[in-house]
Amino acid sequence: MVAFTLNGAAVSVEATGAPLLHVLRGACGLSGPRFGCGAEQCGACVVLVDGAPAYACTLGIEAVAGRSVTTVEGLGTPEAPHPLQRAFLDEQAGQCGFCLSGILVAAAALLARDPDPDEAAIRAALDPHLCRCGSHNRILRAVQRAAAEMRA
Amino acid sequence: MSSDLDRRAAPPGRLPGSLANNPRLDRWLTFDAAGHVTVTPGKVELGQGILTALAQIVADELDVALPRVRVTAASTPGSPNEGVTSGSLSVQDSGMALRHAAAAARAIHLQVAAQRSGVPVEALRVEDGAFVAPDGRQVASYWSQADAALLACDAPEDARAKAPSARRIAGTSAARIDLPDKVFGAPRFVHDLRLPGMLHARVVRPPARRARLVSVKDGTLPGDAVVARDGSFLAVLAAQEHDAERAAERLAARCDWAAEDTLPPEHALADWLRAAPGEQAVIAERDEAAGEPAHTLRASFFRPYVTHASVGTCCAVARWQDGALEVWTHSQGVYNLRADLAKALVMPEDDIVVRHMEGAGCYGHNGADDVALDAALAARAAPGRPVRLLWSRAEELGWGPVSSAMVVDVEASLDAQGNIASWREDVISHGHSSRPGRGAMPTLLAVEYMDPPRAIPNALNPPLASGGGAQRNAIPAYRIPKLSVGVKRLAEMPLRVSALRGLGAPANVFAIESVMDELAQMAGEDALDFRLRHLEDPRGRAVLSLAAEMAGWHGRTKREGFGMGLAYARYKHTGAYCAVAAEIEALDRVVCRRLWIAADVGEVINPDGVANQYEGGAIHGVSMALKEAVAFGPRAVTSDDWESYPILRFSEVPAVETRLIPRPDEKPLGAGEASLAPAIAAIANAIHDALGIRPRAMPFTPENLAAS
Repeated sequence: MVAFTLNGAAVSVEATGAPLLHVLRGACGLSGPRFGCGAEQCGACVVLVDGAPAYACTLGIEAVAGRSVTTVEGLGTPEAPHPLQRAFLDEQAGQCGFCLSGILVAAAALLARDPDPDEAAIRAALDPHLCRCGSHNRILRAVQRAAAEMRA
Repeated sequence: MSSDLDRRAAPPGRLPGSLANNPRLDRWLTFDAAGHVTVTPGKVELGQGILTALAQIVADELDVALPRVRVTAASTPGSPNEGVTSGSLSVQDSGMALRHAAAAARAIHLQVAAQRSGVPVEALRVEDGAFVAPDGRQVASYWSQADAALLACDAPEDARAKAPSARRIAGTSAARIDLPDKVFGAPRFVHDLRLPGMLHARVVRPPARRARLVSVKDGTLPGDAVVARDGSFLAVLAAQEHDAERAAERLAARCDWAAEDTLPPEHALADWLRAAPGEQAVIAERDEAAGEPAHTLRASFFRPYVTHASVGTCCAVARWQDGALEVWTHSQGVYNLRADLAKALVMPEDDIVVRHMEGAGCYGHNGADDVALDAALAARAAPGRPVRLLWSRAEELGWGPVSSAMVVDVEASLDAQGNIASWREDVISHGHSSRPGRGAMPTLLAVEYMDPPRAIPNALNPPLASGGGAQRNAIPAYRIPKLSVGVKRLAEMPLRVSALRGLGAPANVFAIESVMDELAQMAGEDALDFRLRHLEDPRGRAVLSLAAEMAGWHGRTKREGFGMGLAYARYKHTGAYCAVAAEIEALDRVVCRRLWIAADVGEVINPDGVANQYEGGAIHGVSMALKEAVAFGPRAVTSDDWESYPILRFSEVPAVETRLIPRPDEKPLGAGEASLAPAIAAIANAIHDALGIRPRAMPFTPENLAAS
């Protein structure tokens, strides 16, 4: 068995050698982390492992033993949203939304290490994430809005 | 957001949009006693925000608060058949139907409330669904009359919608109703569907487009995976997704395929397009008095095959139960998919139920329909069990339909006064639609591999009256006395081609707007002034002037390494207007820095939603202009990951400013596809401004610019 912390709660899953993504979407019942490429090229699967962005599509489940995993579900809820989630809604920062789970956790990691990133820093942090609908500028504005709110 | 084909020919009668074919009111909306109105449109959410726009229209006409409106995803037979969600037509088709249906429902309910209460109908007003008498007394409501089957009738033709000035919800930037689920990671996509006993499936693809599965060696598979085979279609099913993936890999290594070379030479694609047999048609001819040609320009433009490149891969869930099939899909048209599933599986349509769930962003006919047949074939190996089949990234980029490569040849002349005297244009292209549900033969990928294999019919071009395919935006909108435009549709499609955002418009507008720029230069005239002098449509002139004003066109100063360009198109010549100004910087490769977009979509249901679509479409255009090309060898597509098929990234996205010209009294014209083609052409013209090079081949990479 592999024991780790998922969105603040202790969980234990079978050590099957499966990628973390399949375990999160399968045994753990989450839907936020998404399959996009399986090759660390699009960012749709990104979650935070001990606070740092990680590709869940290639990371074996055994690698998170004893560590803390945060998905978009762990950022906040409709009743208690993370400032980023509120800002993404305020800016209507999305179209299809398939890329947003990975982008939101990556943005949360950025703001945790740099509370006042300039636009170039946000672009750089999100560059591993593909958005095909062209919502990039709204997403950049939403991250800046959340950063300002979190600094206030 | 997506593209396409036919607006159905308008049938007799005066009911608007899709109501004409589906007149029964309770097919469109129903009330419940708990205070909700449920709307069941046949159009589907593709990431474009259509469900929100439709809910706004209904709430406004009924005079209820927006949160009372619940929009149900399309299904057979639960929603009216509205064909395909494509062609930037959903507000026109579904929105105008729902506006009329809601207006009719309101009138019927008020009539009943008046009869029962004795209050004259014209004295009643509607306050958030409650029917209120002049003395403030609530006499009834939609909710109290919900069970009266009042809507079990055809829509009357004389239902009157509100005057534009009376609208309070349509025309506002209401928040997207689907977005909260997406920022909280709640299950919403078909990918997230989990049913009891569900199995996971993967397809084992052949090494070539044309291939036959000769044999599969026996052997164990991980997770007790089960094999599903129909001729040369091969899939595996397992309880755990990880096991299905591993089993597919292991099975692939045990397959023996007989494969053939069928694809054209990628490095000489333009030559191949010219030489390939096809059907020639003249789509426009004009021969009016013109000045003598004083200057003549000849130029050829090329666009390679491009693909959808959705960030999510295609997915479907299928379940067989007692010979009947149930499918959950992100198809653009549930009835069309059902028709082709029935043909492919040789079974009655009535034995198939198709339910829509959202997928990742859809920009046209991608693999969404194909994967539904894949799932149905896989699920045959596990009757009674739901089977979720997910495509890999390589399948998504390598096996979905692509958009046709195109060549556009133009010869145009100016008279001595600098007026366009003549324009001859020849477009060479495949057809732009092989959508399912429209012909005698199914067009789903797997039919070419099933036993017996069936060829997918060659892609068609919809008629110009429906927007055309290769012909889309091929006829210049400018005043040209002598005009001839021809289109050659290729007789075969070695790579399966179908509808992708804009269809033929990106290549055609790239060609036309490049030539317009060059003609302006030959005439010694500013590119904006030259266009305005040749453009009569006042709404076209307005967007061009606005985009130029936003960009500071006339006051611009030349900056080393930077360039600015302008382009214009009215989508399909009948749809939304768009002008784009682009600023590029020429570094080791071209980077688009800024876009200024002027838009006119007629009536705007949701201004922020329209801006989002225009911005997204333009960024899609930047990506197509600068980066995208499908690569392939003799047998298969080779650009099957994000390194070999790159799209625009955060570090490369331009700043975008969009302004809408409000026209509340005009018909809505759609929004999803209008900006893509002009964005491409504006970039081409900006490149010339910066570098003095006229781009002739997309994408505008250093290699292609060097060859221009």
